[in-house]
Amino acid sequence: MIRLTRRYRFSASHRLHAAGLSQEENRELYGKCNNPFGHGHDYVLDVSVCGPVEERSGTVMRLSDLDGIVQEKVVRALDHRNLNVEVPEFESMTPTTESLAFVIGCRLRKDWPAGWPRLDTVRLEETKNNRIELRTANP
Amino acid sequence: MYGAAANPHGHGHNYVLEVTLEGQPDPVTGMVFDLKQLKEIIYRHVVEPMDHRFLNHEVPPFDRVIPTTENVAIEIWRRLAPSLNVNGVRLHSVRLYETEDLYVDYSGDEG
Repeated sequence: MIRLTRRYRFSASHRLHAAGLSQEENRELYGKCNNPFGHGHDYVLDVSVCGPVEERSGTVMRLSDLDGIVQEKVVRALDHRNLNVEVPEFESMTPTTESLAFVIGCRLRKDWPAGWPRLDTVRLEETKNNRIELRTANP
Repeated sequence: MYGAAANPHGHGHNYVLEVTLEGQPDPVTGMVFDLKQLKEIIYRHVVEPMDHRFLNHEVPPFDRVIPTTENVAIEIWRRLAPSLNVNGVRLHSVRLYETEDLYVDYSGDEG
């Protein structure tokens, strides 16, 4: 069993504002991140898959297959988007790094082929100082 | 399948290897493993035989095993484990970066 990790990058804007809190509470909780006009991040996404090394190819997964899935389901859908406005999951969810990692995990898990390799971890960096890691159990 | 990586004349990488050991610090030295000794072991078993080599031609078993990042990491584990699993210390994992955007972790067959 071996784990392979591949790095992807995308940029997106967001505003942190929780529907269940008052204007004042939102300003207090999220500070500058509650700015009504939003702000952006250059996100770094590490996707890990694990499984046995397939003997004939010497690989866990074809990189072009992994790239295809992540590009289609995540990068193309999120890159240079306003998360609050353009990504349906955030109509009812505040786009914190935690929620964004969760959404990315759900998008990747959906229709992930059964068997090996398994989706193992999604790690999302919002900045160099702030990172969320999510174990993504197979369906 | 391999695209540009299948070019018959080969291509190179600046690999980065991270070796992680697991164990209790020795009560006298305060260290899990002597770093100088660790460096020597890694140099002797991995860096000297592999650095600036054409893996397919010069480093067995890559004359018959495809030198993917996965297989190189497994081979490094095999070369290091016997010298590092001593005195209650255990080789925990090897992480091999082929590029900044691609790495594999291997923790042995049980890992």
